[in-house]
Amino acid sequence: MSPQINTWSFFADHRAEILGATLDHLTLVVIAMTIAILIGVPLGMFIVQRPALRTIALGIASIFQTIPSLALFGFLIPIPFIGGIGKRTAIVALVLYALLPILRNTYVGLTGIDPAVLESAEAMGMTRAQILFRVRFPLALAVILAGIRTATIITIGVATIAAAIGAGGLGTFIFRGVALVSDALILAGAIPAALLALLADFLLGLLERRLKIS
Amino acid sequence: MSIEMNTKPALPPTRTIEFRDVSFHIDNTPSRVIVYGISLEIPHGETLVLLGRSGSGKTTLLKLINGMLLPTNGEVLIQGRSTAAWDPIRLRRGIGYVIQDAGLFPHFTVAENVALIPTLENWDAARTAARVEEMLQLVGLDPREFARRRPRELSGGQRQRVGVARALAADPPILLMDEPFGALDPVTRAELQREFSALARRLGKTIVFVTHDLREALLLASRIVLLEAGRIVASATPQEFLRLDHPEVRAFTSSLAMTPGAPA
Repeated sequence: MSPQINTWSFFADHRAEILGATLDHLTLVVIAMTIAILIGVPLGMFIVQRPALRTIALGIASIFQTIPSLALFGFLIPIPFIGGIGKRTAIVALVLYALLPILRNTYVGLTGIDPAVLESAEAMGMTRAQILFRVRFPLALAVILAGIRTATIITIGVATIAAAIGAGGLGTFIFRGVALVSDALILAGAIPAALLALLADFLLGLLERRLKIS
Repeated sequence: MSIEMNTKPALPPTRTIEFRDVSFHIDNTPSRVIVYGISLEIPHGETLVLLGRSGSGKTTLLKLINGMLLPTNGEVLIQGRSTAAWDPIRLRRGIGYVIQDAGLFPHFTVAENVALIPTLENWDAARTAARVEEMLQLVGLDPREFARRRPRELSGGQRQRVGVARALAADPPILLMDEPFGALDPVTRAELQREFSALARRLGKTIVFVTHDLREALLLASRIVLLEAGRIVASATPQEFLRLDHPEVRAFTSSLAMTPGAPA
């Protein structure tokens, strides 16, 4: 029996577990991304108005991004309330990872607007809030979405490592496959994870192009 | 006296805009003074052209009128009230503003751009739509052809026309224009200058127009004010202006003589 057929039959026999792990994985990603967007986008809008906080916020976000993912999980485990083994710690780590691209792109998008547009908005008597919500934000949306797309792909990848601290998801198959030297088991985690990443990239890319205003 | 948005101003005051010994400098650093001791009265209905080289303070004077800058010394009165005392939002909604790149909102259609202030002022939809159509016709754009386009689908001249339509949409008594035709090709520029000159006479608004182009100043102005390094050095009608004996005036008139038929 060739290893390929072996893999296929493994997939066929375990499709319910693979589907379950994929859904677990997706749940982790969706929860982490929702929290990251809810923090990152408003924080990005806030630091546009407060340049003094910009360096600090972007600096802290880049530090989290720089720490290797497995090490970040390790650091979080001993921290009370947010740490420990399991999904909660994994979600905290994934949020910290996703934050930088969202925060940075929100900031860049909101500040990278044609100064003539902003000048005329101000001169026409728009309030600061109107300029932010009716001019800056819609014009920055494609750039913000590009950040969300990058963050989503990172999160799908990092979430496979979250299995190492007992968060479940597709990483479980990969780690178990490595331990048992089973290609079929590794691929049962790796293929759905890769497909998820490609699908998210494609769908968010589609949305991003629709929102882009040249 | 306030700028009325929804009705024509009753009896327009004679001095719509008045500068009283106005200076403006950045960060309160006297060495970085941008304009000095400006005193200027602009009566209702005048088309005043602020002429000067780059950096002479023309744009600063415009921004002092709509309160985007506040004077460091002296005061700017709009319809008798200091810009420092005006609510800046109310003040600016009564002052049309057109800049060189038009500054149209790229995510709005032409119609939405023109409807900006009526929308902010909560006009009802029917009245706004009628006004947009009227404004586009006023600036020579067929509403059926242009209303639904985006700014990127327009030529530079068309964008400038939309900019003028947007500035006029809420019928402001004052119109500020900062080199609005400066980035256009010479043929389009001449066309828009001629049309705007006729439009300005018809509208009877108080217009303050910034340019470094003497030819444009002579065509549009009822009065030319020449700025040099932040000070007013001459103020005259176009006919008088050419006969003035001031070095900066001669610098401008000689540039006109040296380039016959060419754009300045």
